[in-house]
Amino acid sequence: MIEGRSSSQPTWSAAGYAEGAWLAVPAMPVMAIFSAAFGVFAGQKGLSLIEAALMSTFMFAGASQFVAAEIWGRPMTAAAIATLVVVTATVNLRFFLIGASLRPWLGALPAWRVYPALALLTEPGWLMSIRYRAQGGSDAAIVLGGGFVLWLVWIAGTVSGYMLGTLVANPQRFGLDLIMPVFFVVMLVPLWRGARAAVPWVAAGMAALIAARFLPGSWYIIAGAFAGAIAGALQDEQA
Amino acid sequence: MSRPEPLILLAIAVMAIATVLIRVGGYWLMGRVPLTARVRRMLEALPGSIVAAIVVPIVAKIGPTALLAVIAAAVVMILRRNELLAVAVGVTVAVVARGAGA
Repeated sequence: MIEGRSSSQPTWSAAGYAEGAWLAVPAMPVMAIFSAAFGVFAGQKGLSLIEAALMSTFMFAGASQFVAAEIWGRPMTAAAIATLVVVTATVNLRFFLIGASLRPWLGALPAWRVYPALALLTEPGWLMSIRYRAQGGSDAAIVLGGGFVLWLVWIAGTVSGYMLGTLVANPQRFGLDLIMPVFFVVMLVPLWRGARAAVPWVAAGMAALIAARFLPGSWYIIAGAFAGAIAGALQDEQA
Repeated sequence: MSRPEPLILLAIAVMAIATVLIRVGGYWLMGRVPLTARVRRMLEALPGSIVAAIVVPIVAKIGPTALLAVIAAAVVMILRRNELLAVAVGVTVAVVARGAGA
């Protein structure tokens, strides 16, 4: 997926933090809007401000936060927690692959450098890092620098959205319900590697559409993802 | 502001731990497991598949407005490679479509 074969060894410098923060600037409005939308949504679903802020601070994973707020347990029970964890893990499984894709670049660095950066990894921060690397950059501190500032934006956006959200009577009028799907489609564009590579995406979308009719909760996401992965594996046999 | 009940804090904590483990897990695993071509192919297909599996049912549920918004955003992203602009256009298209009574 990612060309990690650049010749330069990864470096790590204080200047890299600043550069990462600078590279993250274009992604900030997206994060702000998305996190504000989460704040609005959490409020609508009856979460308290501190609950929403804690989720954004410690999860920092938009889609799973939306889904968790949607299926929030009231009252919270052990069964509800189990469901939330399974769904969160399901929705966030993509981070597993995003992190895996950084191995070729960051693998030579000590673990204590890499793992904090991974803990703050999101799609925008990841894409920003991939572009930087593709352009010949080698300072891996940008991953942490970018991730950190996006994290701050995420928390601030959540709180702002929650507080302003009570003023928004009808969020659909402002298109807020569509920010998540639109955001993800936009994020999909840079992953485009030709029609053949997109065949699994079609399989995934179709499978998810069918599964959504029969499976409870968010299981259609994992069903669709598996269909896509299997389609990818079958393509491999033909190649 | 009322303090969250312990079970809610536990729920958030467990979700946070699960998310961190997933974030570091892929990187960790890639340092230990050599990938066969087929597994690599599956992993390469997964990110886009996950996005499609999330988005397609949502778009189908919301209807033509969502489809318009998503297509507009994708077109802008393809042409300009600007996430902010693409999301803004997509959401604006949805707002305009709804204003027009779609």
